[in-house]
Amino acid sequence: MNSLKVIFDFDTWQEIFGSIAKNKTRTVITVIGVLWGIFIYITLSGAAKGLDNGFEREFEDMAMNSMFVWPQRTSVPYAGFKVGRYPRFTISNVKDLKRQIPEIQYIAPRNARGVFGGTQPASVVHKEISRTYNIYGDFPEYTKIATKKIYKGGRFINEGDQRNNRKVCVIGERTQEELFDEDENPLGKYIRINNVYFQVIGVHKYLEGGGFETDGDIFIPFNTFRNLYNTGEYVDWFTIAAYADADVVAVEKNVKDVLKKIHKVAPEDERAFGSFNIGEVFNRISGFANGMTFLSLVVGLATILAGVIGIGNILLISVKERTKELGVRRALGATPGEVRIQILLESVFLTLVAGIVGIILGAAVLAIINLATQNQSDFPYTNPTVPIPLVLGALATMVVLGTLIGLIPAQRAVSIKPIDALREE
Amino acid sequence: MISIKNLHKSYRMGDSSLHVLKGIDLDIKEGELVAIMGSSGSGKSTLLNILGMLDSIDEGEYLLDNVLIEGLTETTAANYRNKFLGFIFQSFNLINYKNALENVALPLYYQGLGRKIRQAKAMEYLEKVGLKDWASHLPSELSGGQKQRVAIARAMASQPKVLLADEPTGALDSNTSNEVMGLIQQINNEGKTILVVTHELDIAHMCKRIVTLRDGVIVEDQKVEQVIVENHV
Repeated sequence: MNSLKVIFDFDTWQEIFGSIAKNKTRTVITVIGVLWGIFIYITLSGAAKGLDNGFEREFEDMAMNSMFVWPQRTSVPYAGFKVGRYPRFTISNVKDLKRQIPEIQYIAPRNARGVFGGTQPASVVHKEISRTYNIYGDFPEYTKIATKKIYKGGRFINEGDQRNNRKVCVIGERTQEELFDEDENPLGKYIRINNVYFQVIGVHKYLEGGGFETDGDIFIPFNTFRNLYNTGEYVDWFTIAAYADADVVAVEKNVKDVLKKIHKVAPEDERAFGSFNIGEVFNRISGFANGMTFLSLVVGLATILAGVIGIGNILLISVKERTKELGVRRALGATPGEVRIQILLESVFLTLVAGIVGIILGAAVLAIINLATQNQSDFPYTNPTVPIPLVLGALATMVVLGTLIGLIPAQRAVSIKPIDALREE
Repeated sequence: MISIKNLHKSYRMGDSSLHVLKGIDLDIKEGELVAIMGSSGSGKSTLLNILGMLDSIDEGEYLLDNVLIEGLTETTAANYRNKFLGFIFQSFNLINYKNALENVALPLYYQGLGRKIRQAKAMEYLEKVGLKDWASHLPSELSGGQKQRVAIARAMASQPKVLLADEPTGALDSNTSNEVMGLIQQINNEGKTILVVTHELDIAHMCKRIVTLRDGVIVEDQKVEQVIVENHV
């Protein structure tokens, strides 16, 4: 019998099933080692992927390469100015930034009340209800940087609103809930903000992870905000998105340098401007997630290896135990090749079965974790999966390792001379 | 059927070597039932191992069915064993996780026969040894005599030219010994050549010829009046 034919021979497998099925304890113990390995591998890498997906979801409403920059107080005296000055951004900075830093794709100046620095939120009245909400003055570009999901029928601020100083506003879902009746459509209705009537043009859906924004925020056009609060040319902070291929850390530094020059801040003053770089944070987190994936790969493979070595070990013992049986088989006409391939196939088969069971169990655990974390928006964990190539790769690795390890007991089995095996004790 | 000329065999034991067979000449014709007798250490098991191609020859010539057996690789030895020889062991050596039928079918598996044919043949031989109803039983569920009958059926299944029995009754009481020897006689009467290694005289006398070994040489080789066992199986 040639060896390739043996593998596809029904009888070969019957012999193997026979010897595997009739040594149940050995089989179970052997299988558990590898099963555990692949189980750990699948669960870990699935969990790492889930974490990765979760982080991505946390950031899904912000452009990955975006940042905020805001002024703080200076800490170094410079150009005749004392320490502790509060440099204020102006709308003209936008042009300078765009001209000097070509990597900037969008830049959205923002003003706000009720968010920072002890400013008062806007008082908003509709019919008899009066509440206070944070209010933002925004450019239409803002939605290019931070996604704003607007409920059906509504829209965000557009160029026309901006140009014509329209008194329109986008309200939050909580604002709608609190100010309007349940069956009342707020679109087109008027609310009073600081005693000025604004028409509601949209309701935004609250998204997780937007930093300081809430479900009650009201957005109005930047120019309208300027008129309402008399902010003139001043801007509270900039929201900036760089092009996808730009180095966000470098862009952040350039932005600060340009602003330092304009506002006469010492170049070495690190405290004059604050910034939050989502791209950098995201890179760091996705680096962490990549690390987790790599770790799970290493741990999983090491555990699989340990399991496969366990299989080799137990098969070695089993060959010793079955010395007599193998001797009988040899006396009955089994060639060394047939004995070798039988032990080898036992090893590969055990490894493979253990691997497949482990994968199924791992997948089940991942499914359970997925169900348990599905509606937990504060836990960054989404859709834990293991890519099929990785699973197949793990299986292939196991088959190869199982074969290599199986060679040791197979060789041992062949090296037993039938005469020694059959010698009466 | 078997022809041995000037057979020598030594074993190395560390630095010294032990000369076990010192020039054996033996001719066995087809259909003979030969007992090989001798005390332990006489070389009878070594002779049987050589006849069974489980051990190699140092010097001399071994012809089995006019085929010169020499310079065998493990693989050709295995194929020859499968084709020419049937083994019966003192401790039966059935595979304990296979039932009687599967045990009998095992040499046929190594002959490369299909499953249906294997099972039919194995059943035929089990019937021959009177154990058809025990086909699905594991060795642990059989008595000593039954186990040895299964082993005989297994040895017969591949239709070998020669049956080699190494102390086939060594682990059995006298009643079952007689039973087993009766079976061996019956098979011999059907024309099969059988060699029985034993150290029991009464077992030897159930054969047709007794070859006595002492210290590695044949000291006696005589035809005997065969004691026929009655009421077997």
